[in-house]
Amino acid sequence: MKQFEYTVTEPVGIHARPAGLLTKEAKKYKSTITLTKDGKSVNVLKLMALMGLGVKCGDTVSVTVEGEDEETAAPAMEAFFKANL
Amino acid sequence: MITIQGKGVSTGVGVGPLYFYRRATTELKRYTVTDTDAEWHRFKGAQTAAIEQLGKLADKAREEAGDEAAMLFETHQMMAEDMDYEEAIEGMINEGVNAEAAVADTAEQFAAMFSAMDDSYMQARAADVKDVSDRILSILSGAVQGGIDSEVPVLLAADDLAPSETIQLDKSKILGFVTSKGSGSSHTAILARILGIPAIVGLGDSLKPEYEGRSVIADGGTGAVVIDPDDETRDRLLKKRDEQLRLQRLLETLKGQPNITKDGKSVRIFCNIGGPEDVHAVQVNDGGGIGLFRSEFLYLNAKTYPTEQEQYEAYKKVLEDMDGKEVIIRTCDIGADKQIDYFELPHEENPALGMRALRISLSRPDFFRTQLRALYRASAYGKLGIMFPMVTSVWEIREAKKLCEEVKADLHANGIPYSEDVQIGVMIETPAAAIMSDRLAKEVDFFSCGTNDLTQYTLACDRQNNDLGRFYNPHHPAVLRLLKMVTDNAHKNGIWVGICGELGADLELTETFLAMGIDELSVSPRAVLPLRNAVRMTDTRENGPKILASLEDDFTPHV
Repeated sequence: MKQFEYTVTEPVGIHARPAGLLTKEAKKYKSTITLTKDGKSVNVLKLMALMGLGVKCGDTVSVTVEGEDEETAAPAMEAFFKANL
Repeated sequence: MITIQGKGVSTGVGVGPLYFYRRATTELKRYTVTDTDAEWHRFKGAQTAAIEQLGKLADKAREEAGDEAAMLFETHQMMAEDMDYEEAIEGMINEGVNAEAAVADTAEQFAAMFSAMDDSYMQARAADVKDVSDRILSILSGAVQGGIDSEVPVLLAADDLAPSETIQLDKSKILGFVTSKGSGSSHTAILARILGIPAIVGLGDSLKPEYEGRSVIADGGTGAVVIDPDDETRDRLLKKRDEQLRLQRLLETLKGQPNITKDGKSVRIFCNIGGPEDVHAVQVNDGGGIGLFRSEFLYLNAKTYPTEQEQYEAYKKVLEDMDGKEVIIRTCDIGADKQIDYFELPHEENPALGMRALRISLSRPDFFRTQLRALYRASAYGKLGIMFPMVTSVWEIREAKKLCEEVKADLHANGIPYSEDVQIGVMIETPAAAIMSDRLAKEVDFFSCGTNDLTQYTLACDRQNNDLGRFYNPHHPAVLRLLKMVTDNAHKNGIWVGICGELGADLELTETFLAMGIDELSVSPRAVLPLRNAVRMTDTRENGPKILASLEDDFTPHV
């Protein structure tokens, strides 16, 4: 299992469009990608649950990547977060 | 005459008959099913059809309003196949609930979750869930979509319009939107701004069905909707509309016109872009060239270092698409607020004052050589300028130029074509570079001032820190005096100087820049025509000397 922390800089937080981008990106990997905020965790493939977390700009989230391609998926997801969220 | 007040969320004045959106209404049927498997397949069929429809809408939106509008429907597609949403529906169907009722109830549940959030943007997403669900419902029940059945263009009234409804509308029939619900972040508002038509939302109960067909003026600037306006109001608002249309038309007529002041000073207006896909906007807005192509987009969008070939293709595409017009590409500007994992930069306490931009390039010559080779290979296809970011010393430029010469010699030896006329420039974004500009000017062909960083470093104000308020002010004479000094040093040495930071598009400073003698302003594509207008309205003989003298003043920020 791989894990990283990320502080959201996208001004409107993880709302519909960024959440959609994230879900789309996560589909590229076999690993299960989980985002945790304030003790609540969701699989990022679940778009509505992800939006339901209400992650705002400045919130720190923890992301775990677990699965056969976690070695490549984790750094790729971290780069994705930095570039898009 | 009746005036009702809402919230203007897209400016412009619309005049015409009010028309209420006809919505296909279906009564929700509830019944118990016994063959739950067949019912589940009925749902899956409708869901698949909905996803297909949304795909087509995304394509249509992309054509009419761009990628951002398309993403909306792509997000809806993902909502329609969301696992939790699907599971909830499956659960109800398994208990014998018919598909229609299962979809409607699940939609309510998810909408309630969004409505309960403490964020107005997320609350507005309740409408998305309902829109997606209504689409599936209308497929299940075979209902037809609503629309506008009118010969003449209308002001369209509704409680609120769902994105799928707005995109299906015949845009030539709509003068503006007036809705009883909705907010600045609702889809009606977003679409209206993209289409450039007025929108007024949140009119509440004051938007009455009996206004249907009556003559109405909607002012998106003030949020006022006037039903049966009297002559005076009508004239006033029509005048306002004409004024706005005139301005729009004026900007349109400026396409193809020179950027020249009344006293005959000319300035080049170029564009800032992030990648090949932005070239279209440059052409539409009649940009004279590209003054800043941020090459780091190639690195930010990649999972590992982009190859020479990948970079070459991106640069070549931009140069070819710009068809011989000047294209200035900034070498990789990574570090500070732009971090990339695969660069494996050590953690820094002060990344803005650390390893970034040219400092990285010079510390990693192999990495830098790859980019320079790609740039020189692409130079054969257009008019290229290369600009180095984050320079503080003359030796840095000499070292960078030496690498350029090595790359050129190598290309030459291998018989690979490149242009001998590539201009080399320094991005002036540190006080050190500004102060050394008399020396730097002897090394290069041009300067381009990055005012965002120049302001940050000169005023010792972190540009990401929103709390600095009046301490951070790009109009500070310290910044403007440096720009004047840089311009004078450039001209003394016979090279040109431009501005590629946000300040370039700041119309309050256009006259100042013209008075200083800045040769080029590079701005976002949609700022080109307003800036051209400002340039053409200016006569530097009038205020020029006074403006230059005012740079010697003390400084009191406007709060």
